[in-house]
Amino acid sequence: MKTRVKFTFPAEKVEEPVIYLLGITFDVVTNIRRAEVSDVQGWVVLELEGSEKDIKRGLDWVRSKGVRVDPLGGDIVAG
Amino acid sequence: MGFAKALKCRECGKEYEKQPINICEWCFGPLEVVYDYDGIRKVMTRAHIQRGPHNLWRYRELLPVEDGPVIDMHAGMTPLVRADNLGRMLGLENLYIKNDCVNPTYSFKDRVVAVASTVARQMGFDTLACASTGNLAGSVAAHAAKAGMKAFVFIPADLEKVKIVGASIYGPTVVAVNGNYDEVNRLCSEVADNFNWAFVNINVRPFYAEGSKTLGYEVAEQLGWRAPDNVIVPVASGSLLTKVWKGFNEFKDIGLIDQVQTRVHMVQPQGCSPVVTAFSEGVMDVRPVKPNTIAKSLAIGNPADGYYALKVLKDSKGTATAVTDNEVIEGIKLLAETEGIFGETAAGVVISGLRRLALSGAIKPKELTVVYVTGNGLKTQEVVEDTVRPLVVQPTLASFKKALESK
Repeated sequence: MKTRVKFTFPAEKVEEPVIYLLGITFDVVTNIRRAEVSDVQGWVVLELEGSEKDIKRGLDWVRSKGVRVDPLGGDIVAG
Repeated sequence: MGFAKALKCRECGKEYEKQPINICEWCFGPLEVVYDYDGIRKVMTRAHIQRGPHNLWRYRELLPVEDGPVIDMHAGMTPLVRADNLGRMLGLENLYIKNDCVNPTYSFKDRVVAVASTVARQMGFDTLACASTGNLAGSVAAHAAKAGMKAFVFIPADLEKVKIVGASIYGPTVVAVNGNYDEVNRLCSEVADNFNWAFVNINVRPFYAEGSKTLGYEVAEQLGWRAPDNVIVPVASGSLLTKVWKGFNEFKDIGLIDQVQTRVHMVQPQGCSPVVTAFSEGVMDVRPVKPNTIAKSLAIGNPADGYYALKVLKDSKGTATAVTDNEVIEGIKLLAETEGIFGETAAGVVISGLRRLALSGAIKPKELTVVYVTGNGLKTQEVVEDTVRPLVVQPTLASFKKALESK
């Protein structure tokens, strides 16, 4: 399966190779489309391809590293 | 055929044929509707608009719908009320309230859903869907009922009963999700990928969002074809604010008003103010937050249009203000007690924001200022119920007189 997500890195995590490690540790193909890094945070919009199980395990690991994971396009639940 | 030409990526500019997608396949940026403004300019005069229906469909040339019937519940053309009482209290001589409490399902969401449901039906969908904690759920369910479409409304399982009733009464399938806010988001994203439905703020979002432009058009028309000096707008996803601004600028571009020198001011509740925080820090990146506020209609921690809302503030020389939950309640009461308008929590947010801007001098007394009140207070009575204290008397005149004296 393929899924599109946004990773938001706090400043102290920007230097960690989280996306590289996600790819080699969980058998998930990562494909970056847009990104920006500032002095307060960094974000990356990317596509992930792999089995549902690997993607879920990979994203759980990314979250455990202190990186926020959101579906693309912001929150869906509206007022 | 309508005047909407295509969808265009707001980041890389790539164009797509009109279709139910919201993300650019190339760079994953958000898509927006583009129009044939030369064609619109030829037909859309002030007189043409004034001959139109007394609702938002009077602006249909600037909305992304095709020719033919629309889903018309008479949303829009809500009152623009001159607020002299509130203005006197705040030292403002030229203050107006755009009262969107009186839409068919009592919030501005009827504007966006009117457009989304019409586009969905024109594209051949038979089901409308949304995820909501209140206003959007009611509007989607009601429009689906009017359109003869099926509706699925996803809500958090712990939502207040009164809000569940507010959507359920129109006959949709209400799906109560046992999960936290992030989990509901994730589920809806997956549902949208797996079912051929018009999910109003996912696959038809570029069309849906355009409905909010009518809040700009109407104010300009109701002011006698001019844009105000200031607008105060509540921010959740940020979409409403960007579309009000787009509405004024489209009117200028097609020659219906002379100029736009409007300063756009955003207000968020402090417990969910990621866009205000970014503005205060002078950055354009909005860091997502976990919402914690009584203003549930504005509780979007990861706002899709936060960046674009910040751009509008920059372009219009506007400001950003966050107000506390106590101020939200004070704002609701202040509006009700001065102007007789009972708004929901988002109204409390903007009225308290207005008060801060007036007291700080950011808004000058003679400037023409419009505050957007986007939803009805009957929907969020729980937040003010503790402030209600009736005089309790025995059924005798003496008891009544005594109670009056002690008041």
